Amino acid sequence: MQTATPTTRTDSKHPDTDQVWAWLDEVPDPEIPVISLVDLGIIRDVEWQGDTLEVTVTPTYSGCPATSIINLDIETALRGHGIEKLELKRRLSPPWTTDWLSDKGRARLEEYGIAPPQPAGGPEKCPHCGSAHVHRISQFGSTPCKAQWRCDECREPFDYFKCI
Amino acid sequence: MTRDEALFEFLVRMGDNTLVLGHRVSEWCGHAPVLEEDIALANIALDLIGQTQLWLGLAGEVEGKGRSADDLAFHRDAWDFRNLLLLEQPNGDFGRTMMRQFLFDAAHIGLLEALKDSADPRIAEIAAKSAKEVAYHVERSGDTVIALGDGTSESHDRMQKALDRLWPYAGEVFIDDAVDEELAGAGIAPLPSTLKDAWEARVRHVMAEATLKIPEDDFAHKGGKSGFRHSEHLGHMLTEMQWLQRAYPDATW
Ligand SMILES: [Zn+2]
Repeated sequence: MQTATPTTRTDSKHPDTDQVWAWLDEVPDPEIPVISLVDLGIIRDVEWQGDTLEVTVTPTYSGCPATSIINLDIETALRGHGIEKLELKRRLSPPWTTDWLSDKGRARLEEYGIAPPQPAGGPEKCPHCGSAHVHRISQFGSTPCKAQWRCDECREPFDYFKCI
Repeated sequence: MTRDEALFEFLVRMGDNTLVLGHRVSEWCGHAPVLEEDIALANIALDLIGQTQLWLGLAGEVEGKGRSADDLAFHRDAWDFRNLLLLEQPNGDFGRTMMRQFLFDAAHIGLLEALKDSADPRIAEIAAKSAKEVAYHVERSGDTVIALGDGTSESHDRMQKALDRLWPYAGEVFIDDAVDEELAGAGIAPLPSTLKDAWEARVRHVMAEATLKIPEDDFAHKGGKSGFRHSEHLGHMLTEMQWLQRAYPDATW
C-alpha cells in the first residue's frame, strides 16, 4: 500500500490537482452534456497518494444509471491526459445536493432549457420565455434529477432540475 | 446470534425490501395509465434498485464471504429473502400499486430518518442518501392516494378495496424480533415498534383526506421479514427477476 504523501505543487512528477480539476471540468455530464462533472458537484476530492491519483466521486441519485458511465468518462479523460495510476473512490456522505451545482452550471442549464434548482422547490421562471407563470406536471422526469413543468405563457413544457 | 449476524440480517431486510418493491414497481414500465406516471414509476423503481445495491453491497461486506449485491439479489431462493410480505404482493391495478407504495413509503421514510443517527456510520450514510430520494416517493404516493381516494366514485371504490386488501400486510413492518433488539441495544437501528405511532399518524391523515376508511381489524400477516413464510407471489416474481442469472450464471453486460 502507498503511504499518504500530501501533494505538493512543486512535485514535478505529477500534474498538480488544480490541473486535474480543470481537466475534469471538461468532462461533460453524460445525461446533460452542457454541464461538466465539476459543475454537477459530484467530484468531491482530487488528491495524489504517492504516485496514484485518487478521484473521489459521489453519486447523484443512488440508482442513477449514469454513475458507471461517469466513472468510465473520468477514467478515459484522465488517462488521455497521461495519468497512469488512477483510483476512483465512491463517497456517499455527505449525500449529494443540488446546492453543489456551480453557478456556471446553473447558467448553462438555463440556456439549455432546463430550469435550475431553486430553494423554493420549483423553477423561478420558464427557461424559454422567462414567464413566472409555470406549473408542475410531475415531480419525476426523464432522468432522476429532473421534474416536468409547463409554462402557462408560452405553453411549452420544460425540465426543472429538482432540489435534493 | 452475534452482532455481525444480526447486522447482516438487518441489511438483507433493508435491501430485500427495496429490491422486491423496486422490481414490482418496474413491472409497470411501459404499462402505466399515463406517460407521466410511467416515468415516475420507473424513476422510483430505479431509486429503489440503487438503494438495494447499497444495502446488499454492505450486507455482503459484513458477511465476509465474498458475496456481492448481485449475488445476493440473483442467487438466493425465496426462503432466503427477508422482505416484508406487503412488498411482494402483486401490483393489481394502478390504485393498489400506489396504496402499497404509500403504506411502505410512510414507514420507509420514518425508518431512514431514524437510521441517519445510526451508531454504524456505513448505515447512517446510506440512510441519509436514501432519505432524500424517499422524501419524493412519499410525497407522490401520498398525493396520489388522496387524489384517487377523493376522486371519482370508481377511483374511490378501488382505493378503498386496495386499502382493505393491503392493510393486513402493513403491520408486519412494526413487529420487533431478536435481530431488532440486538441492533437497538447497540444503537445501530431503532426498534420498529417505536416508529409505529408516527407512521400511523401520517397514514390516518392521508386516508382522512382521501376519504378512505382504515379497517378496524389490526390483524397482521407476518413471515416475510423473518423469512419464515413468504406468500406464493414471491417465488413467481423471483422466477422472472432471476431468470437470466439462473439460466446463464454470472453473465455480465
Ligand atoms: Zn414560457
